Amino acid sequence: MCGICGCSDMSFSGKFSLVNKPNALLFTSYDSNQGDESADKSRLIQMEVDLLGKNNSYAEKNRHYFQEHGVFVLNLVSSPGAGKTTLLVETIKALKEVFPIVVIEGDQQTQHDADRIRATGVRALQINTGRACHLDAQGIGVAVAKLGIENNSFLAIENVGNLVCPSAFDLGEAHKVVVLSVTEGDDKPLKYADMFYAADLMIINKIDLLPYVDFDMDRCIAFARQVNPTIHIIELSATKGDNFSEWTNWLRVSMQKVIKSRAL
Amino acid sequence: MHELSLLENVRTILEEHAQSQHFQTVENITLEIGALSCVELDALTFAFASVMKGSLAEYAELKFKRIEGQGRCFECGQLTPMIELYDVCIHCGHFRVEIVSGLEMKITELKVR
Repeated sequence: MCGICGCSDMSFSGKFSLVNKPNALLFTSYDSNQGDESADKSRLIQMEVDLLGKNNSYAEKNRHYFQEHGVFVLNLVSSPGAGKTTLLVETIKALKEVFPIVVIEGDQQTQHDADRIRATGVRALQINTGRACHLDAQGIGVAVAKLGIENNSFLAIENVGNLVCPSAFDLGEAHKVVVLSVTEGDDKPLKYADMFYAADLMIINKIDLLPYVDFDMDRCIAFARQVNPTIHIIELSATKGDNFSEWTNWLRVSMQKVIKSRAL
Repeated sequence: MHELSLLENVRTILEEHAQSQHFQTVENITLEIGALSCVELDALTFAFASVMKGSLAEYAELKFKRIEGQGRCFECGQLTPMIELYDVCIHCGHFRVEIVSGLEMKITELKVR
């Protein structure tokens, strides 16, 4: 988990050795040293503040902006190496003449993915999250302002490769799309249930490799539907092009819906 | 999930409330965490002191109120307990279950001065 692996801006140089109990003791002595008069000043405040409230309000702002401008936004999530960037590169090649496409790339380090996208002639902005393991809505808002996205565009956000943390962070996207490759194993939807619960579409990638790996497609789909009964599933190979048109057709239809609803 | 990010959010929320509600020190914090929210309480506890160091909650005690997972079955309409997101309805065995509680991640109470 992130609290342990350290994927945040927090410095881990602090004292860590189960400090909570000593702190509670410290608190007690602090309390009793204050005497009765100041102890009386303690008061309880009841509240209902969502820990992700701030991110969610930035996400809502982003969503409102996207709706107003007819921007269809997908948040692509997967473990590292599932093929998100290749999927995007092939998608851009197939559709860049059909509607404008821009990409926000999230990685802890390097510009490699943004460079791969730019090589297709499409604009891309790389966000390096440093030690953080997910993109957040505030960062996306800043990136969108920098990019200056045309009306009626498709914006693909490629999240940091991580099947855990990005599940909780709404970026204002229309859908989370989880990419799972057949080399990863068919039980991932249950192992990383939060991500498959949060996603509306699952792309099962690298199906050209099915003859070489021990991956049971029916089992994988059953697991995904067990976590998320309404999840839409597309099986394809981004590198070989197998069934790729199901995905590009889905994108075309989704784009048309967004543009239509903006016109209303 | 991202426990450190969440705790950083807690710290920001405390700082904002300290201004609006006029307090200087937080003595304890109660977080309501749903059992299906994929937050590790151990990880939160582990990182708490480090994140709060130097803040108005440096000496605060962290308390949890655990909210059990519960869903409503689309098939039979009954409430069913959920331990995992993919649990089936205990009454009819169907897995089309809508979660009604257990995803909470909230600050619900502060003891301050």
